[in-house]
Amino acid sequence: MSGLAPTTLPGRPASLRRRAAALLHRRPLVRLGLLLSAPMLWLVVAYLGALFAMLLTAFWSTDTFTGEVDRTFTWQNFQDLWTGEVYRTIALRSVAVAAGVTVLCLAIAFPMAFYMAKVARPRWRPYLLIAVLTPLWAAYLVKVYAWRVILADDGLLNWALGPLGARGPGYGLTATVLVLTYLWLPYMILPIYTGLERLPDSLLDASGDLGAGTLRTLRRVVAPMVFPSIAAGSLFTFSLSLGDYITVKIVGGRGQLIGNVVYDNIGAANDLPFAAAVATVPVVVMLVYIAAVRRTGALEEL
Amino acid sequence: MADQTAVRLSGVRKSFGAVDAVAGVDLEIRDGEFFSMLGPSGSGKTTVLRMIAGFERPTGGRVELAGRDVTALAPFDRDVNTVFQDYALFPHLTILQNVEYGLRVRKVAKARRRERAREALRSVRLEGFDDRRPAQLSGGQRQRVALARALVNEPRVLLLDEPLGALDLKLREEMQVELKEIQRRAGITFLFVTHDQEEALTMSDRVAVFNRGRVEQVGTPAEVYERPATAFVAAFVGTSNRIGDVHVRPEKIRLDLLDAGGAGEADRSATGTVAEVVYAGPHTRFVVDLDGGGRAVALQQNLQTSSMDVMRLRDERVRLSWRAEHEFLTP
Repeated sequence: MSGLAPTTLPGRPASLRRRAAALLHRRPLVRLGLLLSAPMLWLVVAYLGALFAMLLTAFWSTDTFTGEVDRTFTWQNFQDLWTGEVYRTIALRSVAVAAGVTVLCLAIAFPMAFYMAKVARPRWRPYLLIAVLTPLWAAYLVKVYAWRVILADDGLLNWALGPLGARGPGYGLTATVLVLTYLWLPYMILPIYTGLERLPDSLLDASGDLGAGTLRTLRRVVAPMVFPSIAAGSLFTFSLSLGDYITVKIVGGRGQLIGNVVYDNIGAANDLPFAAAVATVPVVVMLVYIAAVRRTGALEEL
Repeated sequence: MADQTAVRLSGVRKSFGAVDAVAGVDLEIRDGEFFSMLGPSGSGKTTVLRMIAGFERPTGGRVELAGRDVTALAPFDRDVNTVFQDYALFPHLTILQNVEYGLRVRKVAKARRRERAREALRSVRLEGFDDRRPAQLSGGQRQRVALARALVNEPRVLLLDEPLGALDLKLREEMQVELKEIQRRAGITFLFVTHDQEEALTMSDRVAVFNRGRVEQVGTPAEVYERPATAFVAAFVGTSNRIGDVHVRPEKIRLDLLDAGGAGEADRSATGTVAEVVYAGPHTRFVVDLDGGGRAVALQQNLQTSSMDVMRLRDERVRLSWRAEHEFLTP
């Protein structure tokens, strides 16, 4: 056994870095641990931890005299929430607004995404994408206040509609839906665009070749194939709308959504436990929504 | 009397921006014919096919199907069906639903279209796959589904865009025979696009050779191979030797050792030295440096020789001989 070659190759000193690399190469678990330690820390501590803290707080109460948080377990917040007529109305209204925004986004996003992915020349696509993304670079508040100016009584919209004898919706829920649609539209366009881009042109050709007109091809081939993308986009638009409370404050007139109730209870009412209880409502609604989307099989294909 | 021409193209052109993909093509494809469009990639053959299918609108010229001008018609108004290069099966539908698609669109009653779709699948030897999805099938099976999906509509012309390109050699050779059989049985005109000259020669009744958006020659496989009209056709369809002013195919050349004597009944000959020997199983390819300048390739059947014998011929002095009738000139 004396003829064995030395274990280090000539001209390649085993530096610390090389030894570490060799160790990582031999131990996949160490490698995986290094890769995932930071994200896991973030996910567990900051992400799920905050959610858990919120859930826990929801079962506490606030002393009405001192304003101190009383950390004894109680269902009282959820009872108030369930029996309060006004909270049910606000929750339903919020879901309706989120659904309205999602439907409107889909109606606008689909033709736009289709044009970008299938009609426009390929070299124009990056520019169209940038055009869609540009609004996301501007500050949220600036955009919403811009809409406040547009929708004002003597604003741009009424000025433009005036000669036609029509008027804009003014501040209110309709305005809220409009502005939220504007805000979240890119989140619907992007997934649908990606889905359509992955759809081979030959499938559209084949459908036409087999005798289907444009509408039938859209219904029988395009719609079922980009459905997962539509579902993904709707998860964004629905959840973002459900959690919003600033837009409705600025252009919603006197209308209130779930987010406002949470905000008012944190601020004015100083009842953090009740705010936490209210905040579980959109979480539950989203879980139901995701479960419904999941049942269609759309999530597996994402 | 019915028109005997299935497809007629007159002066068909197609430009993409400044590029002329198809620069004026005239073709007549007869009813019931197996017609191939052969050419290298970018020669315009697929664009011509897509214009016949209706996916592309010609920049100029006319497309006629069975005597009817269809130049401006949409694909769904034309009596043709296409087998796509990537098969283009609908991934969200089952095999049966894929094959039924055309019938369903044309509002054929459910029971009837089930029956016809199953029959079409049977005709391509694909039974018992009704409820599978395309992703669960192999390439060869997908190819058959694509074929059944097109044939079930009983089109006047079936357009095939390099349908065997994605299959491995063995399967491709099987499908070549099968396609030919299906075509004979169905009696449908097949218009076949390929860049594989052997495929075009073995399957077609007639071949059109494409180059740079134009048709260089139309003829039977034998005509195209034995009497190429242009230098391009001679080089693209098979290989050819240029000896002096004439061309000769490698398999038409006989090779003898120089000291072995007479050249038999051949009436042309040249001498040279074997530069390279390529043993290919059934035959051997000899590359010979000619004494008169240039190189020639001679293909010899390994009738009695084996690899050991032929390898020894390197650097030997040889005589190449061939018959005058096998020579051809190109402009």
